Amino acid sequence: MISEQDIWNILSEVPDPEIPVLNVVEMGIVRAVSVAGPRVEVTITPTYSGCPAMKTIEEDILEVLREKHIGDYEVKTVLSPAWTTDWMTDAAREKLRQTGIAPPERESADKALLLGRVRTIACPRCSSVHTHMISQFGSTACKALYKCDDCLEPFDYFKCI
Amino acid sequence: MNTTTRTAVPVGFLLQLADTSLILGQRLSEWCGHGPILEEDIALTNTALDYIGQSTNLYKQAALLDGRGQDEDDMAFHRDAWDFRNCLIAELPNGDYGFTITRQFLYSAWYYLYLQQLRQSPDEFLSGFAEKSIKEVRYHLQHSSDWVKRLGDGTPESHERMAHALAEIWPFTGEWFTPAETELEAIRLGSAPDPVPLRKEWRNLVESVLSEATLTIPEDGFMHLGGKEGRHTEYLGYMLADMQFLQRAYPGAKW
Repeated sequence: MISEQDIWNILSEVPDPEIPVLNVVEMGIVRAVSVAGPRVEVTITPTYSGCPAMKTIEEDILEVLREKHIGDYEVKTVLSPAWTTDWMTDAAREKLRQTGIAPPERESADKALLLGRVRTIACPRCSSVHTHMISQFGSTACKALYKCDDCLEPFDYFKCI
Repeated sequence: MNTTTRTAVPVGFLLQLADTSLILGQRLSEWCGHGPILEEDIALTNTALDYIGQSTNLYKQAALLDGRGQDEDDMAFHRDAWDFRNCLIAELPNGDYGFTITRQFLYSAWYYLYLQQLRQSPDEFLSGFAEKSIKEVRYHLQHSSDWVKRLGDGTPESHERMAHALAEIWPFTGEWFTPAETELEAIRLGSAPDPVPLRKEWRNLVESVLSEATLTIPEDGFMHLGGKEGRHTEYLGYMLADMQFLQRAYPGAKW
């Protein structure tokens, strides 16, 4: 008899296609798991509306469920509650930093953005706070591009939403 | 899911939102490989991706409510120009970079304020959609505001181009504040916000950025209307011909 915890464990083996150091559970993409007898239902939510990785994530989840011989399963997508970077665990943030991506700040409903105030983002390589934004939009929808003024390395910043 | 609150949303109203997002997303994606600098190429196409994702979510819901077994691709690729309900501003050609940015700025400011209202909708789908999309639009507004300031308060040439773009685009901004029939129905049913009271707030928001950009906010004069009722400029047909060709020639093609 498979438990919900078993399913969570299985899903923790599915890496995020664009940030493979994190799995889809750490990313906060998996919102719910329900097991009713033989039937397994997994609910996921997109990071961004147009995130091109969603289809791959759904297929990867289906594949891992098949591999574990789960016969009766469904993956559902919901929009609400809207995904927020606040769902990322501290461990996930540390993994991001170690891979060279500055983790998102905690404050997701950030009013400073609208008022045009500049936030201080620490360089994931040398920890310097002397950094500046090069572009609000980076290599994927969820990242912005920054540069460190001390070690001079460019880096991705995981935008908080 | 509560089906009674869901059915109070007219399909035409969803299409109005969806078509505007899709058409603007398609327009912006034309910048792919043509941006003035690499970062802007990426910014505009990322924004396009957000819009196209938002339109997908809306089309799925429209197809569901329509109940004729269509999917989001049918909605995007198998309707003709007169079926589209997008605001005219979305279909205008991109022009120069200043023109694209000016449109992005005016539109994002409007959309940001509108989504804040839509978020209060009693309809579960609409409020969820707005809550999701507003996070993305906030970045679009920030990005385009930055560029409006930089270009407006830039060189004499960039200033002049921005002033020109503003004058060209302004007559297309009134359409947001003039609800079409299906939108009025959604407002009557309580599922959509009335856009009319947002005009003042929008103008204030726009003016605060324009004044920093040393640009003068235009007076409201003649406004182009009709997109939300299926009366479009000549530009839309050409866009659709380009966008829909493959699915028209090979219906249901997948790769």
